[in-house]
Amino acid sequence: MTLTRLLTPVALALGLATTVTAQDKTKVGFIYVGPIGDGGWTYEHDKARLAVEDHFGDRVETIYRESVPEGADAERAITEMVLQGADLIFTTSFGFMEPTLAVAKKFPDVKFEHATGYKTLPNVSTYSARFYEGRAVQGHIAGEMTESNVIGYIASYPIPEVIRGINAAYIHAARVNPDVAFKVIWAYTWFDPPKEADAAQALIEQGADVILQHTDSTAPQSAAEKAGDVITFGQASDMAEYAPFPRVSSIIDNWAPYYIARTQAVIDGTWESQQVWHGIDEGMVEIGEITDAVPGDVRAAALALKEAMAAGEYHPFTGPLNRQDGSAWLAEGEVAEDDTLLGMDFYVEGMSGQIPN
Amino acid sequence: MGAIDPGLLLAALMVAATPLLLAALGELVVERAGVLNLGVEGMMITGAICGFAVAVNSGSPLMGFVAAAGGGAALALLFAALTQLALANQVASGLALTLFGLGLSSLLGQGYVGIKPPPMPRPDFGQLSDVPVLGQVLFSHDLMVYLALALVAAVWAMLNHTRAGLILRAVGENHDAAHALGYRVVRVRVLAIMFGGSCAGLGGAHISLVRVPQWTEGMTAGAGWIALALVVFASWRAGRVLLGAWLFGGVTVLQLNLQATGLAIPVEYLSMSPYLITIFVLVIMSADRSRAPGSLGRTFHAPH
Repeated sequence: MTLTRLLTPVALALGLATTVTAQDKTKVGFIYVGPIGDGGWTYEHDKARLAVEDHFGDRVETIYRESVPEGADAERAITEMVLQGADLIFTTSFGFMEPTLAVAKKFPDVKFEHATGYKTLPNVSTYSARFYEGRAVQGHIAGEMTESNVIGYIASYPIPEVIRGINAAYIHAARVNPDVAFKVIWAYTWFDPPKEADAAQALIEQGADVILQHTDSTAPQSAAEKAGDVITFGQASDMAEYAPFPRVSSIIDNWAPYYIARTQAVIDGTWESQQVWHGIDEGMVEIGEITDAVPGDVRAAALALKEAMAAGEYHPFTGPLNRQDGSAWLAEGEVAEDDTLLGMDFYVEGMSGQIPN
Repeated sequence: MGAIDPGLLLAALMVAATPLLLAALGELVVERAGVLNLGVEGMMITGAICGFAVAVNSGSPLMGFVAAAGGGAALALLFAALTQLALANQVASGLALTLFGLGLSSLLGQGYVGIKPPPMPRPDFGQLSDVPVLGQVLFSHDLMVYLALALVAAVWAMLNHTRAGLILRAVGENHDAAHALGYRVVRVRVLAIMFGGSCAGLGGAHISLVRVPQWTEGMTAGAGWIALALVVFASWRAGRVLLGAWLFGGVTVLQLNLQATGLAIPVEYLSMSPYLITIFVLVIMSADRSRAPGSLGRTFHAPH
């Protein structure tokens, strides 16, 4: 008997075995834009992935791929994940929107969840968090804490999510400190620690004593720490290793409950395409501990702001608010529509500088 | 406020350019010896974590840099074994080295996230540092910035004015002829590759110990690829590598500063300017007869 003949049944049996387990287990895939160790955005998504594993134990298997570039190559990475047998795939960055849709059209039986996007299909849902609620709290603290009245903001790409964050922070900083000015640097990257550090450095040299970031690494925290008298906020993750100073608070993204719920829906066969936008209320956005570097009354006011948003009593975009060019946007007491917020492409009145197209 | 302080800008430029300069200088020597090592990114990031780990554990950043050079060289030795002894394809081995370096570094770095490294000591120039502008630009840096500059001069002198440099270039131009003359092609190349690895490691450690100072996975974020491109655009000359690194580092820092001052130039143009300006200047400069080393990327199999 030749070796091939001997091995064929073994291979067949193995093949069968894997098919059987594959049917038993639900496979959930995750596409990350940065490395898990970024200490920010991707780190929190991976924490939620581990929570899914913890919650379901043997019933679910998770797979992931780190540092997938946004753009054409993402399509290949997502397709590969489908071919590995994933039943549900979370693509966790805005730039994965088109690649996710392209792959989803080819595989109608696989469910997709795209983070922070706005396009859906029968097998593609979108989910995002109302980070701007957290930005409002940050803006409040920043406006109270700044002495130079210059607040530096490291932005990533000029997309609605980022612009919303800048506006929410500015509105609430200017409310407690009308003299405040925002200096924005567009880094055109989600993750590039040396560049993020350089951007923070440039802002500090331009007089900023508060740095807000919408990029994923902890590099700006280090730059602020080196400068000595600059405060920062953790972005996407607590970044508690830089507390109590320079990091005085943070926005924490908590994806775990959503990921568990959606995995459960796939297991139960009840998964349907939807668009979810959760905030502080649902627990998707959390405010990290406000440290002792912040005076007690400022902290109390910031927490009150957070509570009001959680209770639905206050919306960060409540009129009267004008656009940057002075034209009216929201009348007294009027609250911004979700549609306007989802497509936000303008600064509010008082902001200087242009949004790149 | 509002204006950019030229002293601060030039000082930031020199720091931002140093990792690129070190890595590109190492790769320059490797390529002049006829070897194309695309693993610069992998060696940089390995150097970044080796340097960071040792600096944290020993409390000495200088020990960290020594370890970074060692880590980079060790990874380069792997590349040398593959391409010079096993005669594997250099392009494939180099790409594999980058992937391996990225994976290895995130494994080694598991316990180092969120830790602060010991501060890098700065040489004391006494009164000189207080000279306005000039003191800030020239006499405010850490040791590695000066070491990188010294290395440019040393590599230039070695390549152009020493016998060792002549042999290295001979090996790179025509390895068969060099072999026929009795030079040890493989030995020269292995040494060059290890030098390249050490330099890349130092460059990586400059990012993790001085420029950012922290460890984050994947923190070199493509600097190795920029260094590789710089070598080509600098047409394999040490002086032009320095110019290229300063241009790229300088325009990168400048565009961030221009954004911070709120200058009315569209951000898109500012963002692409480092790449455009660096390529433009270096391509214009290399319009002369300079060309790649003759044996670049070719496998050498010693005839008996």
